[in-house]
Amino acid sequence: MSSAGAPRSLASSGQKSIQDICHPLSAEESALNPGSAGLILPNGTPVDTSSPASSSSLLNRLQLDDDLDGETRDLFVTVEDPKKHVSTMETYITYRVCTKTTRTEFDLPEYSVRRRYQDFDWLRNKLEESQPTHLIPPLPEKFVMKGVVDRFSEEFVETRRKALDKFLKRVADHPVLSFNEHFNAFLSAKDLNKRQGLALLTKMGESVKYVTGGYKLRARPAEFAAMGDYLDLFTQKMGTIDRIAQRIIKEQSEFLMELREYGPVYSSWSSFEEDLHDPLEGVSGCMSNCSSALEELTEDMSENFLPVLREYVLYIESMKNVLKKRDQVQAEYETKLEAVVFREDKKTAVPSDVEKCQDRVECFNADLKADWDRWENNKRQDFRQLLTGMADKNIQHYEKFSIIEVSMLLKLLRHPQNQKEINNIKPI
Amino acid sequence: MRVSGVPVVKWDKPEFLPTHTVSSVLILPHHDNINCLLKKMEISVAEAEKRTGKNAVNMQETYTVYLIETRPVDAASEGTNPALDSLWRRYSEFELLRNYLLVTYPFAVVPPLPEKRAEFVWHKLSADNMDPDFVERRRVGLENFLLRVASHPVLSSDKIFYLFLTEENGWKETVFETGFQAKADSRLKALNATFRVKNPDKRFAEMKHYGDELQSVISQLLRVRARAADRLYGVYKVHGNYGRVFSEWSAIEKEMGDGLQSAGHHMDAYAASVDDILEEEEHYADQLKEYLFYADALRTVCRKHELTQYELEMAVQDLTSKKQQQEELATGTIRTFSLKGMTSKLFGQETPEQREAKLKMLETQIEEGEEQVKERNAECDEFVKSAWVDIERFKEQKDHDLRESLISYAIMQISMCKKGIQVWNNAKECFNKM
Repeated sequence: MSSAGAPRSLASSGQKSIQDICHPLSAEESALNPGSAGLILPNGTPVDTSSPASSSSLLNRLQLDDDLDGETRDLFVTVEDPKKHVSTMETYITYRVCTKTTRTEFDLPEYSVRRRYQDFDWLRNKLEESQPTHLIPPLPEKFVMKGVVDRFSEEFVETRRKALDKFLKRVADHPVLSFNEHFNAFLSAKDLNKRQGLALLTKMGESVKYVTGGYKLRARPAEFAAMGDYLDLFTQKMGTIDRIAQRIIKEQSEFLMELREYGPVYSSWSSFEEDLHDPLEGVSGCMSNCSSALEELTEDMSENFLPVLREYVLYIESMKNVLKKRDQVQAEYETKLEAVVFREDKKTAVPSDVEKCQDRVECFNADLKADWDRWENNKRQDFRQLLTGMADKNIQHYEKFSIIEVSMLLKLLRHPQNQKEINNIKPI
Repeated sequence: MRVSGVPVVKWDKPEFLPTHTVSSVLILPHHDNINCLLKKMEISVAEAEKRTGKNAVNMQETYTVYLIETRPVDAASEGTNPALDSLWRRYSEFELLRNYLLVTYPFAVVPPLPEKRAEFVWHKLSADNMDPDFVERRRVGLENFLLRVASHPVLSSDKIFYLFLTEENGWKETVFETGFQAKADSRLKALNATFRVKNPDKRFAEMKHYGDELQSVISQLLRVRARAADRLYGVYKVHGNYGRVFSEWSAIEKEMGDGLQSAGHHMDAYAASVDDILEEEEHYADQLKEYLFYADALRTVCRKHELTQYELEMAVQDLTSKKQQQEELATGTIRTFSLKGMTSKLFGQETPEQREAKLKMLETQIEEGEEQVKERNAECDEFVKSAWVDIERFKEQKDHDLRESLISYAIMQISMCKKGIQVWNNAKECFNKM
């Protein structure tokens, strides 16, 4: 999985080499067989293989980044153990954030802190402010409609935990973002004193200017224009897929409603039959089991498929903002340059602030290009996981279904009248 | 696939799943009547065709005719392949045949015809009688009807039935010549009338109740099934939209493009697969419908029993009252109040000659009445005996057939799952290549 021409990331000392980490595809295989030998990650936490969607989290835990090809990793982060906190003012969930690292930027090799969503949000804002030339990974949606979603249900909390885990891992894998001091504080500080941010903010005051530029861009370089176009089209496709998925959920739910009616009808039929009583009861039971299987499939789409899609849409929004910022920086440079070109008599040197602008543009472009490549790879991985996960869920569903039907069939065949037929059946 | 009196579901095929041909609806129980027509003759409804002609009021009409093919079994088994005899019949002629059988063999649970109009339809299925799918399913249903009659221990030896299969021209006239219409009218009228039977046979009352319940539950099942079919259709077809969007998406991707594109094709295949699935399910629905109509035939037999019982009771009642009148006249005592009695009291007794005449008349009437009671009693007994034999036969057939239907339904569902797993595995392979 090496990408030719990928920029070398910063060298760092590490413990485990890539070879010691299980190949993601083989891990996926066993993720499909729940109860298979428990996989243990290099950092000691066991792998959650309870659902194919966890193969996505498995890969996230291993996070084989193309850019780290051949490199060893020295920073491992996980989000786990959600817990409800009830205080007089509010109820909220905290997550345990565990860090293992050999980096010298950290005082200790291990950390374990409790964080809530607010804290993750704070971190992301800080990263956006302090690293404006980079693509910051997205967080799961902040607001949830109180009436519609139960914020404290196991499913919701688990979905959120997975998304937060992915967020931190992506930051941890980023050659620049992972060294950000806010990130460090987030992982290590006992109490996140968010007012610390203010002091840092004044230092990075210039970054605010990026947002309030107001300069007009002459010509966007082709590759960045292409990025913008791609993001627009991509968002469209994501929207379409989201709508299709929702439609499927709706149709499946309505089918489920009808399926649920079969059971009672067969049951009441069996009540006035003699010979057929047992077979019909069997069919009734089979229908109920089929309903449960379908319900699980539909729930999984809502809980695992749709949130990931929506995450990407959010991601793209923030990426578009970064592109806009880049445009602003370039516009500022171009405008200033133009002014100088018109004014000066071509003998004196270019003023230093114009040079600074040029630097900014070049840095921004370089950072963005590198991050774009990273994003493309992540995106590819993410969607491969998402779609194979969806395929897996459907396969599992049909397998469950056919097991139910086969058991019903065997019950039906277990009748003296059919004994002759059973003896003639040859296995598939 | 021609059915010739052997079980159609073949279990000794190499595949676990029996081949599902359209005609594989009828599965005969093992110990059917050895002498029934089906053992001597192969019967099938091979084709359907549209015809136009003038109807009874001389107006143009379009109708469908069905080709009935027959061939003697013995000749075929000897290796010589005699030519098929064939003739064309339309649905109304089948109806005529069935009505004739109903009237002529009132004790028999007469096999039902396929539905006259499409019912329990889900939106994709046509309710149009001219729709080719409907016509095809009707063809199968008509063949089924003929096979059932031909394997019935009593009905299969009926001459009119034999002529239906072999004599194209003049068959209608022959049926009418039997005069069954007259019997039909009076019996039908009686059937529709409400009457109270004093001593209903418990078994028949139970059977009638069973018929009601069976009809009700199968109707419910068919209704649920129609709605479920609609929904399932929707689920599969929406997946087709994935095909389109994956294709569009692949156009803007580099490495992911191929995987997405091929996955999209599999999603299209998945969406298309629902048509076959629902067509197969339609067979199961047709099998249920047959027994829905059979329930009605069962109830008809029970009603006819009530009728014979009622007629017997009426005859007995009539005889009893006549005997009472005789006694009163003979002894001069008026036991029961009668207007005649009162008027004779008021206006004087009759003359001895009048009394004699009356007594004589009553005597003959009582003789006739006793004959009639004897006849009706015999009729009733005969009916109960024959009907109960056929009901027992029907019960066994029903248990066997419905069990087989459930089995083939399960097999069909398993096949559907297999297809689903295959498609999604294919799609997954493509996703993995992304």
